[in-house]
Amino acid sequence: MNPKLSIITRELQGYFSTPIAYVFIVIFLILSGVFAFYLGGLYERNQADLSPFFNFHPWLYLFLVPAVSMRMWSEERRSGNIELLMTLPVKQSDLVLGKFLSAWLFIAIALFLTFPMWISINYLGNPDNGLIIASYIGSLLLAGAFLAIGSCISVASKNQVIAFILTAVICFIFLLAGLPMVLDFFASWLPQILLDAIASTSFLTHYSSINKGVLDLGDVVYFAMVIGIWLYATSIVLDMKKAD
Amino acid sequence: MIECKNLTKRFNKFVAVDDLSFIANKGEVLGFLGPNGAGKSTTMKMITGFLQPTSGQINVCGIDLFQDPLGVKNKIGYLPEGAPSYDEMRVCDFLRFIAQMRGISKELVATKVDEVVDRMSLEKVYYQRIETLSKGFKRRVGLAQAIIHDPEVLVLDEPTDGLDPNQKHDVRKLITSMAKDKTIILSTHILEEVHAVCDRAIIIADGRIVADNSPSELENMSRYHNAVTFDADIDFSLLENIKNMSCVRDVEYKAKWKKTTVFPAQGIYIFDEISDFLKKNKISVTRLTMEAGRLDEVFRNITLGKNTQKNKEVA
Repeated sequence: MNPKLSIITRELQGYFSTPIAYVFIVIFLILSGVFAFYLGGLYERNQADLSPFFNFHPWLYLFLVPAVSMRMWSEERRSGNIELLMTLPVKQSDLVLGKFLSAWLFIAIALFLTFPMWISINYLGNPDNGLIIASYIGSLLLAGAFLAIGSCISVASKNQVIAFILTAVICFIFLLAGLPMVLDFFASWLPQILLDAIASTSFLTHYSSINKGVLDLGDVVYFAMVIGIWLYATSIVLDMKKAD
Repeated sequence: MIECKNLTKRFNKFVAVDDLSFIANKGEVLGFLGPNGAGKSTTMKMITGFLQPTSGQINVCGIDLFQDPLGVKNKIGYLPEGAPSYDEMRVCDFLRFIAQMRGISKELVATKVDEVVDRMSLEKVYYQRIETLSKGFKRRVGLAQAIIHDPEVLVLDEPTDGLDPNQKHDVRKLITSMAKDKTIILSTHILEEVHAVCDRAIIIADGRIVADNSPSELENMSRYHNAVTFDADIDFSLLENIKNMSCVRDVEYKAKWKKTTVFPAQGIYIFDEISDFLKKNKISVTRLTMEAGRLDEVFRNITLGKNTQKNKEVA
């Protein structure tokens, strides 16, 4: 069996053998519904689309994804399991990737369980299903980016609470990088070209462009790159921190 | 076989392991002894490929660790300190997971797990979550995971730490039974263990090797080596007589237990002389024993740098 596959299976079992998985899924489903109907006005809008539902995903992920990622590595370091794991004849990249993929798969399962929403909207009207699929993909990519950040922070801190808070803050900064509240902070001392660069890293910009139904290759590549870079950083920090 | 050459590990300015060199051969059980923080665990972590040494070479079964780390990891079974494992997993799932990660083929996983469960007597807890197990069982699960792929080299970090005497005995028996065709390194600070399982003991202090001998050679370094102890009511004048014998270096008398210990000059055999002397003077003795030597005394002397042999080596 491929070691990556073994890790993914084990980690998934790990999520579901503790209450974490159930608490996460239940809260995710309830909140995504509440946000879509009460804050997004899914009914009142009288439009057959799911954009009020997807618009709130970044904010939900902001505190739910760090809750999944915080224990990814810090728990291994705290319990000493990391020593066991890293003396097995498995490449470090397989460990990093395996753990990330299992967490991603877990969120994908939670996301999949929102399918009643999709059924309801199809029952109520004739939505653009292509757009909905694109939005699902966008949502999953965003969750992946958050998870990759969380993975790196989790490896850097043995303390899960710290990992949670730092991940949430960093995700928040990346999410809003294009908005004035972040840009204003840099505006006084950074040249315009760098400001534009920061603005273009905004998760929200890329996410909403996918949400509009434009599944542009650029946006997908952007998220893939973010995930790749943060996982690479995870690997580097793992080398530095594993012995502490 | 394990070969370490000039192994050094520095954490910032702190030198944890300082220019360590040794060879452990097949069929040998090598004990790492030393006070806490001496560098035993760090050395083991480097051999198993968990930590990168600052400098030096490690060769396991003819494979260089830095050229082929996965090859070396394949050859080694490792029990980390405290025998960590996934608490929320069941014993069977955990062992299966390790077997898969060790690259054991799909058809063989079940057989290997059964084999190791049988060997470690884990049948009773097979379906139990690891977090519900007693310390002894947890340690056995840790050992089971270390030997599941029948490795040529076993590295065990404090395998009996925190176990009760029966469990200690079991684990030691197990180590001895595997010793024949493997290279085993174990660390401990329990000195009786060295005697019970090790063929050779390396004493480490402050990251350096301060002694590398067989357990009996270590005992020979003790001033208690060949010392004679007897319990009897005895006059001080007679004690003086014993003290003045040419083969005797010193005499210690503990009035509370009426216990006398006679230390020989240069560790020579003096049992006959002392027993003859006692007979001649018609002293009734309730106990008369000869000591092999006290490892804890040697250990203390060596690691605190008081031992003469070490001082000679340094000079």
